[in-house]
Amino acid sequence: MMVTDVVNWQPTASVAALQLRARLLRQTREFFYERKVLEVETPTLAQYTVTDRHLSALQLQLPGSEQYYYLQTSPEYAMKRLLAAGSGSIYQISKAFRADEFGRHHNPEFTMLEWYRVGFDYHQLMAEVDLLLQTVLVVSPAISIRYVDLFFQHTEIELMHASIEQLQQYAARVGIDSSAVTEQDSRDIWLDLIFSHQIQPELGWPQPVIVYDYPASQAALAALDADGEYAKRFEVYYQSIELANGYHELRDVIQHERRFQLDNERRLALGLSTIAVDIRFMAALQHGLPACAGVALGFDRLVMLAGDNKQLADVISFTVNNA
Amino acid sequence: MATYNTNEFKSGLKIIIDNEPYSIVENEFVKPGKGQAFNRVKIRQLKSGRVIEKTYKSGESVEAADVMEKDVQYLYRDGEFWHFMDLTNYDQYAAASEVVGDGHIWLKEQDMCIMTLWNDAPLSVAPPNFVELKIIETDPGLRGDTSSGGSKPATLETGAIVRIPLFVQQDEVIKVDTRSGEYVSRVKA
Repeated sequence: MMVTDVVNWQPTASVAALQLRARLLRQTREFFYERKVLEVETPTLAQYTVTDRHLSALQLQLPGSEQYYYLQTSPEYAMKRLLAAGSGSIYQISKAFRADEFGRHHNPEFTMLEWYRVGFDYHQLMAEVDLLLQTVLVVSPAISIRYVDLFFQHTEIELMHASIEQLQQYAARVGIDSSAVTEQDSRDIWLDLIFSHQIQPELGWPQPVIVYDYPASQAALAALDADGEYAKRFEVYYQSIELANGYHELRDVIQHERRFQLDNERRLALGLSTIAVDIRFMAALQHGLPACAGVALGFDRLVMLAGDNKQLADVISFTVNNA
Repeated sequence: MATYNTNEFKSGLKIIIDNEPYSIVENEFVKPGKGQAFNRVKIRQLKSGRVIEKTYKSGESVEAADVMEKDVQYLYRDGEFWHFMDLTNYDQYAAASEVVGDGHIWLKEQDMCIMTLWNDAPLSVAPPNFVELKIIETDPGLRGDTSSGGSKPATLETGAIVRIPLFVQQDEVIKVDTRSGEYVSRVKA
């Protein structure tokens, strides 16, 4: 028997799924064309990556160079440099790469739809995301709920005043195994554990849910409210699947520096190496990012949900295992 | 010490937790937004068969269990241990009653079984899916009597009791599915 007889060369997605993907791509592009949002392309291979402690970029070297390059975990920084250069509202459908993300709803290489709306606040952008979902998924309008209210609804914990001990007791009571949590972890790991085990499985049935106003400790690059109590960040869930993550974008360069430094301190505490801050991104911020809101949406997941599929492999031509 | 990263988790993988061997039944990668990624797993304790849930931070490593399966022949029982042999190299294994478990009622000398070994020590023994055993005791059973659903109990040579059709008689050899414990057919002598 020849080796070609036993090698699995077939795509994991059906032809119907590929056609659905093509249709959603066209609808998405029409959606932004109608709204005069400019389609752009930015590099997937770049000299810097993000400091986020929960993201791991793939790195490689170009021939004849000692320097490392990174496959981008999202086009965020490059797109913000375009915004700072005066592009106006922009969108991009591009490949993004994240090492260590394998699963039914994760593939290390995936397609991301990311867009920025100059002059929008995050509530306006949430409304636009909702409209896009209604257009391409044919779903009812989304329900919006603040993070603390959602948390209370599911756990009866008043998050603002909840101690680590309270969160720990709740996790133990509902049977979440938390033996992986260590002294080095911050309070947020308890929120992540409870959210992913107890809340997310219930989210987005029958229509999408937009969760907004995240704890300030989970701001990422979202602006905080005037009192610094919560982050102007939102996430979209549909049928228990996280679809999108958006911000009222942070613009202050000093705040950026502080958050990157904090990221690196946390990386060190977790035994990870620090990440050099992207100097070109910082220079663009120094020049000035226009007031805007931005969001990234997992396009493969959108196709998966639109086709009523249960795993990403059903809508990706070749997953990393047979690419 | 061999280890597996959570990236390598898949069903069937054998790992060690608190010095006990487990097999992964189900693995799910979850990552809340910008937060910590976890691998939620359902794992089976290989000794007790009990299934529990566990959550790992993605990227963590877990000790690999040196667990393997091999075909062995059941030789004999000496009162304390059940003895088996690997016919390829004549290695013999003595398994205690708790290792052989409930499957012992199907074991007939010279039958082939699948033995699970951990660090080369027997962990469990699975009898063959089908065994052929002689009926040593059963009621004659009246022909035409269907009041008992057309079946009657029979004691087999290994001590197992199964339900058989009324027409099957003592001293006959029958084929039994050990997974369900059900009669399959008569075996012609």
